[in-house]
This record gives sequence, structure tokens and C-alpha cells, in this order.
Amino acid sequence: MTAAEVVFALLGVVAVGSAVLVVTTRQLVHAALWLVVAFGALAGCYLVLTAEFVAWTQVLIYVGAVVVLLLFGIMLTRAPIGRVPRSGADDPLDSGNRWAALAVALATAAVLVTVLVMGFKDAYIDLEAGGGGAEPLGGSLFRTWVLPFEVLSVLLLAALVGAIVLSRTDIGARDEEDDGEGDG
Amino acid sequence: MITLAALATLLPFLAAFAGMLLGPWTSRLLGAAPPAAQAFGTADGAGRSGAGGPEAGELSKTSAEDTETPGTAGTSPEPEKTSAEAPTMPLPVSGPEPAAPARYAAGDSALRGLPRNGPALIACLPMAVATVLALIVAVAVWRDPGVRTGTLTLIPTGTIDIALGLRVDGLAALVALMVCGVALAVQLYSVAYMAEDRRYSSYAAFISLFTAAMLLVVYSGDLLVLYVGWEVMGVCSYFLIGHHWQERANSRAAVKAFLITRLGDVGFLIGIFVLGVGAGTFSIGGVLERLPDLPQGTVTAATLLLLAGVAGKSAQFPLHTWLPDAMAGPTPVSALIHAATMVAAGIYVVARLYAAFAASAAALTVLGVLAVISMLGSALAALAQDDLKRVLAYSTISQLACMAAGLAVGAPAAAIFHLVAHGAFKALLFLAAGSVIFVTGSGLLRRHGGLRRAMPVTFWAMTIGYAALVGLPPVSGFFSKDAIVGAAWHAAAHGERPAHLPGGVAWLICLALLATVAVTAAYATRAWLMTFFGEPRAAFPAREAPPLMTWPVAALAVPAALLGFFGLGAPELRPHPLSALLSLLAAAAGAVAVYLVWNRDPAADPAGGLGPLRRVFERGFYLDEVYAALVVRPVRAAARAVLAVDRRGIDAAVVGVAGRSRRAGGLLRRTQTGDVQTYLTGLLAGVVVIAVGVVVLL
Amino acid sequence: MHAAYPVVVAALLFSVGVYGVLARRNAILVLMSVELMLNAVNLNLVAFDVLWRDRLHGGQVMTLFTIVIAAAEIGLGLAIVLLVFRNRRMIEVDRLRTLTEQTAPAGEETPQEPRRPAAAAAREGDTA
Repeated sequence: MTAAEVVFALLGVVAVGSAVLVVTTRQLVHAALWLVVAFGALAGCYLVLTAEFVAWTQVLIYVGAVVVLLLFGIMLTRAPIGRVPRSGADDPLDSGNRWAALAVALATAAVLVTVLVMGFKDAYIDLEAGGGGAEPLGGSLFRTWVLPFEVLSVLLLAALVGAIVLSRTDIGARDEEDDGEGDG
Repeated sequence: MITLAALATLLPFLAAFAGMLLGPWTSRLLGAAPPAAQAFGTADGAGRSGAGGPEAGELSKTSAEDTETPGTAGTSPEPEKTSAEAPTMPLPVSGPEPAAPARYAAGDSALRGLPRNGPALIACLPMAVATVLALIVAVAVWRDPGVRTGTLTLIPTGTIDIALGLRVDGLAALVALMVCGVALAVQLYSVAYMAEDRRYSSYAAFISLFTAAMLLVVYSGDLLVLYVGWEVMGVCSYFLIGHHWQERANSRAAVKAFLITRLGDVGFLIGIFVLGVGAGTFSIGGVLERLPDLPQGTVTAATLLLLAGVAGKSAQFPLHTWLPDAMAGPTPVSALIHAATMVAAGIYVVARLYAAFAASAAALTVLGVLAVISMLGSALAALAQDDLKRVLAYSTISQLACMAAGLAVGAPAAAIFHLVAHGAFKALLFLAAGSVIFVTGSGLLRRHGGLRRAMPVTFWAMTIGYAALVGLPPVSGFFSKDAIVGAAWHAAAHGERPAHLPGGVAWLICLALLATVAVTAAYATRAWLMTFFGEPRAAFPAREAPPLMTWPVAALAVPAALLGFFGLGAPELRPHPLSALLSLLAAAAGAVAVYLVWNRDPAADPAGGLGPLRRVFERGFYLDEVYAALVVRPVRAAARAVLAVDRRGIDAAVVGVAGRSRRAGGLLRRTQTGDVQTYLTGLLAGVVVIAVGVVVLL
Repeated sequence: MHAAYPVVVAALLFSVGVYGVLARRNAILVLMSVELMLNAVNLNLVAFDVLWRDRLHGGQVMTLFTIVIAAAEIGLGLAIVLLVFRNRRMIEVDRLRTLTEQTAPAGEETPQEPRRPAAAAAREGDTA
């Protein structure tokens, strides 16, 4: 095993482990924080794979924005803080679907791992530093992939507008009982 | 000759259809008054004739009583038991003259109105012509005896062909003449009797159809053609008995008659098949020719099966229970069907195929035993009946049994002689009884009495009829009954019987005949005394029946009186001294006994002297109840079971499919939980499975 | 490096994400699990980009795009979650069941749901 593989393995373990904790912990805020750890470990993985730009973008956006948003969401929905004890059928965190979900997840894992390992058992990644830097990636982004990039900005605009519209409180529900003249 | 016979059969047939389709139109054509002006007739004893205001109420009570009393009195509510008397007549009732109801007016004017009465003309004229034709045929056969056959066409069936043909011989000609004569009398009588009936036109048409069918049976040359006529008679009798179907009891009586005779007819048909297949032909001549070549088993089987049909149609034990209840039909119907013609068809068939029956010991024995049981049982039952028509009905069963006994002891000529005589005098008795019922407004003996002076013609005619029934010289009944008794005596004492008949059976028949003669005399005397002598037991207008009713009655009295002398030509039909003496003694014993009982108290019913036995006799030895328990109840239970299976099994299966589909849908509906996570779980599980499948298989 | 490492890690991450999406009741936790799944995909993309030494860097660019879209999605997702919370005071995804089929007792013809569309249809008919 090369050094890269060792490091990658360790980072992978951290990522998967914290992911497991995200989906099993009984404390909501801790879930978000374990998510941070997972994202961070993944950023490390990207670094090992020489994709620096992606790694930093990951940290920036995921850890910086997404997790914050999630924490805001936790706060705004009055989520229970602190350890939530298990309470059977109406547990606020885990649904009754747990065991089916576990089965499906294990099956998925088994299938995917098996298939992928069988498929790529002879593939070796040649790690050369510099392939994922800002310059080559930016050049590729603004030359080859500029159209999806622009479309993506429109998508972001749409998402922005949508989020604002959805959260406006002065637009009420449509009145059902009266005649349906429809309003603007 | 054959042509004339065919024409005689065809005319009433056409008259039937013409009457059914064109009857009222013909009346209008001839300028008759529209029938709506007449009062609504008959059937419901609630006498709705416009004239009978306050009487109508009393009327309905009377008729309701009449229906109730014979019927219910403690036994099960099966309506077959009711004497169904009420429906026979719309009932004018006594009292102040204004109650002389529209019925009398209608009856009296029936004769005057005849030329304008479409259905009556369509019924009577062809019948008269047919009678003349039958007479010509009979005279021709008498002068030149022998069998004449004629075939219209051969129907190919693939195996044994059916010949549409007629066979006229002495037997056929004689019986056909009797049928035509009685039918004509009945048609004329009905014009007055049913004058107020709205459905007279269909009634007359059915009587014509019936006559045609009976003539087909009589003249038929082929067994299956005979069967066709046989069945048509059965259907017509159903329609005619149930003529006043507004009363439930009448339609039930009609259904009962139809079902019981049908039961016999199944055996009859199979017997025809056995005989026909065995002989290789269905034509009667062919069967009789090939009879010696048939194996004994075939002959026995065929004749026993044919006896089933005979028992049904000729009302012998055990298929006789329909006849008393069939009195629910109008009286002329009883006269035609249940005295002279349809019930005689069975006896006629046995006589026609007599060679086959004589060859089979079992058939003769069975016939003899059935005859014995029927004749004694029904004679005893007749002794206790309260309704005049039921007395005559049981009497018919008894006399038919005498004819059957005659056949059993090897005297077909005697039996046919009695058949013809019985046709005349029984029809006479029934029609006269109809006149009595018309006048008194009731069929119950306990409401008659003292009619001797009021209804002279009817009185004398009925006396002749009863005398013939009892067998008093010099009327026809004496000769015919004595022919049978004589043959039985000779069969028993001197062994002159068909070789296959066991001696014991012959003795049994002989003794039973003598006993029956005694009981016959008893019930005939009882009816005669209660109707015509003593004081009137109920109030009714004392007058003779309308002329169109009395003339046919008087006309029938002539053959009833004189027919006996026509038989003197044949040796077996002459009276035998010993048997004549024995039967006269027996008759005298019966009649005198009843007279003595009656004389003690003329107002009471002589049958009261029977004591506790009276009830048993009156209910026909409770045979109806036995049948109800043995047959009707299990069949009904089976029907209910089938219904239950149908409803709970088949219907439930069909409905259950709907229910089960809905439930299955409900089960499937459970997957629509609304919970997205479960949807996704399923989705992903499926994807994993597919992925595994793809990987494994590809 | 053997390609199995990133690939297996991605697969495991994805599976964990699947478990989280299917098993967690709180909507925010579900969103977190969705992020995990997206991250697994991203890891795969990058790994294969490096494996095949894509000159166009398609895989890494795609990863960037995925990150952006994930961000947009989570913004909108949270907006929806907040709306749900506003209306129902809870965000347990398995209690959001208006799409469920009513299990009517046998004999009832139609379920209750179509009343609203029927009323809507009636209204359209009125105005039409």
C-alpha cells in the first residue's frame, strides 16, 4: 500500500464513520456537526486525489453554506436540542421504517461494492500533482464548460427567487369555498 | 274413410285457432252487443254481478265458507286440499226476486243470442260437422268391419321413422263417435253456462283444441302421433281446469293435474320408445304385427311403462289425486275431460295395444291390482264427499278402475263398452250437476234438496244417469257393467282369462267389483236423495235451468238409456245371469242401506252414518297429505336447497368477486401510505434487486 | 492508488446516505442524508476524472456543478421545510400523508379525496 492509499483509507474511514453518526445520532445538532466532519474528510480525500480546487470549493460551499443553512433550519423548526430519547412509534428522529431502510442500505452497499470492485479491480490511479489546480480547472470551466456554467447561474437565480417566494408570509392560501375567480 | 276421419280431427283443431284469434271479432261482425255491457262473471265467489247488491255480501260469505269448510278443518294449509268449489259458479242467491240475477237472463237468452255469438258458432258448428263425419265413419266401419289405415307422410328420423297416419277400426270409430257426441253436447251447454264469462272465447277454443287432440289420440295410427295428441290434451286440460285462474286454488289445481299426469306421461313416452325400438316401428299396426317376435322382457317393460301413463291420465291409484281437485274447472270441462274423454284415453290405449298387454303377466297383474285399489278406495271416498262434483269425480275414478279391471281379466270389448256407456252417462251426470249448481248456487250437497219438482227434466235425466252408474236394468250401465262383472266372474271361477293372469288376481278383481257395485249404489243413492228429495236445505230460486243447458242434458240421456241394447249383438256383451244377479243384489244392498239411513232424517247427510270413518273417506284416505309429505315437501326442500346454493354459492361467488376485488384493492391500497420514505424504500429495494439481477445474469 | 479505494468509499457513503433518507423522520436529517449521497457521487466523479486523466477535467467540473446544485437544492428544500413547519408545526416526513389512499370500508364507492378536484371541476364548469 502506498502512502496515498493509507491516507486515503484513513480519511475514508473518517468520512464513512462520521456519515454513520450523522444518520444515527440522537442529537440533531450533533448530526449537523458530524456532517461537517464528513465533508471535511471528503475534502481531504479530494486533496489526496489531487483535486485541490474541488476540495476547497467543497469546504467553502458545503461546510460553509450548506451546513449553516441546515443549522438555521434546525433552529427555525424548533428542533429538539440535546439528546432526544427514543420513544417508539412517534420518535421525532427515526421512523418505523428503520429496519427496512437498514436492509435496503446494506443491500445497496453490498451490490455497489461488489460490482464496483469486480469492475475496477485492475484500475490504478496515477496521481500527478497539479491536475486539479485552479488554473487548469478554471480554464476548462470557462472554455469547454461555459454553457452549463451559465445555465447553472440561471438555476441559482431561479432557486433564489423560489426560496424567497416560498417563504413569504404575506401570500396566504387560496380561498377554496368561494367562487373560483382566481386571483393574480 | 280415412279422409273423413282426418277431416273430423282437423275441424275442431281449426275451430280452436279460429276461435282463439277471431272469436270476438266474429261476434262484432254478426252484430252482437259488446261484451262490456255484461256483468263481470264468474270466478271470484264474490259475485260481482251488478244485480246482486246486498246479496253479494252474503254471497261472498257463503262462497268463502264453502271454500273453507271442506278444505281446512285442522289439516295443513296446502290449498290443494280445498274443495275449490267456489270458483265454479257466480252465485246468485235467494231471497227477493230482484236477485234473479243477470246470470239467468244471460243463460236464458243464450239460445236466442246464439246466431250472434261468434265464438259459440265457431266452436259448435265445426263440432257438429265433425260429429256427423264421425257418425259416417262409424256406420261405414260397422257395415264393413276391418282396419283401414292411411298415411299422410313419413317423417324420417334416422332410425325409426314416424308415420303421420290414421288407423280407423271398430274401436276407434266407436270411441271417436262418443267423443264427438259428448263434445258437441258440452259445447252447446257451455254457451249458456258460460254466457257471462268474459273469456268464453278462449274457453270454447280450448275445448275445440282438446277435442281435436282426443280425436287424434283415437284415430292415430302411430304411437308418437298418439303421444302428441296425448300431450296436447294434457295441456288443454291444464288451461281448462285453470280457466278461472283468478282464484289461486284453481290454478293450483290445474298445475297439480298437469304435473301428476305429466309424471305418468314420462313413463308413457319411455314405454312407447321401448315398444317402438323393439318392434322397429312406431306404427300401431306394425307393433301389433311384430308383437309375437318381441322378447318377453321388452314387452313387459314397455307395457309397465305404458301403464304409468295410463295411471296418470286415467286417474288410477297412485296418480289419481288430481281428479277430485280438477273439479275446480267449470262443470262442462269436467264433463268433457274428466268423464268422457281424456280420462278414457288411457283405457283406450290399453285396448288399442291389448295384444301387448295380454302377453305380459306383470302388466295385467299390476293393472288389476291398481284397478282394485282405485275402485274400492274411490268408491268409499265418494260416499263421504260433500261436494256433488267431487262425488262424481271419485265416481269417475272408480268406474275407470272397473274398465281397467275388465281389461285386466281379458275382456277388452267389455271395457270399451263400459267406456262408451260411461262417457254418455257420466257426461250426462256432470252436465246435470252443472244445472243443479247453476240453480242452487252451490255445489255442496248440504245446500241442495227437494229439486224434484222444480227441475223435472234435470231430475229425470239425472235419475237415468244414476241408474246407469249403479247398473240397473234396462239402462246402458246395466249391460256394460255386467259385461265386466261377468267377464271377471268367468275369469275367476271358470279360468277364462288371459293365460298370464294369476288366478288370485282374478278372484280379487271379481270380489272387488262386487263390493264396488254395492258402494257405488250407496253413494249414487245418497247423492240422488240429497239433491232431489226432501226439503230444500238452502234458499234458492226454484226453476229449471236455461233451455240451452237442459237440451244437451236430455239429449245425453238417450244414449245413456239405450246404448246397452246396441251391445246385444256381441255375445260377450250380453248379460250373464249369475253375475247380473250378484251385482244387482249388491247394488240393492247398498242402495237400501243408504235409503234407510236417509229416511231416518231426510234433512241430514246419510254419510253421517259412517261415523269416524267419514273423515278418512272424505279426505281420500289422506293420500294428498301422504304425497305432500313424501314428495312435495322433499322436492320443495330440494328446491330451496338449490335456491340456497344458487344464492349463497353462485350469486355469492359473483358478488363475492366484486367484494374480493375490492378487498384485494384495499390490500393494495395499503402501499399508498402517503409516506414518501416507504415509497423510496420500495423503489430502492427494487432497483437493488434489478441491479443484482442484471449483474448476475449478464 | 488502486481505484477501489475511492470507489468503495463512495459506495459506502452512498449507502449510508440511503439509510438516512429512508430511516430518519426529521426532514432536516433527510436533507443531510441527501447531501451525503451527493457527496458520494462527487467523490466518484473526481476519482474517475483522475483515473482517466481527463484533459477536459469533466469529472471535476461536474463535481463543481453538483456542489452548486446541491446548494441551490438545499436552499429550496429548507424553504419548503419551513413552510411545512409553518402549516403543521412539525416536519416529520412520514406524517405528511395527504397523498395516502383512504382505506374505505366495503360498500363505499369513492374515496374522500376527489372532492376537491370535483369541486374545482364544478367551478370551472360554472365559469366556462
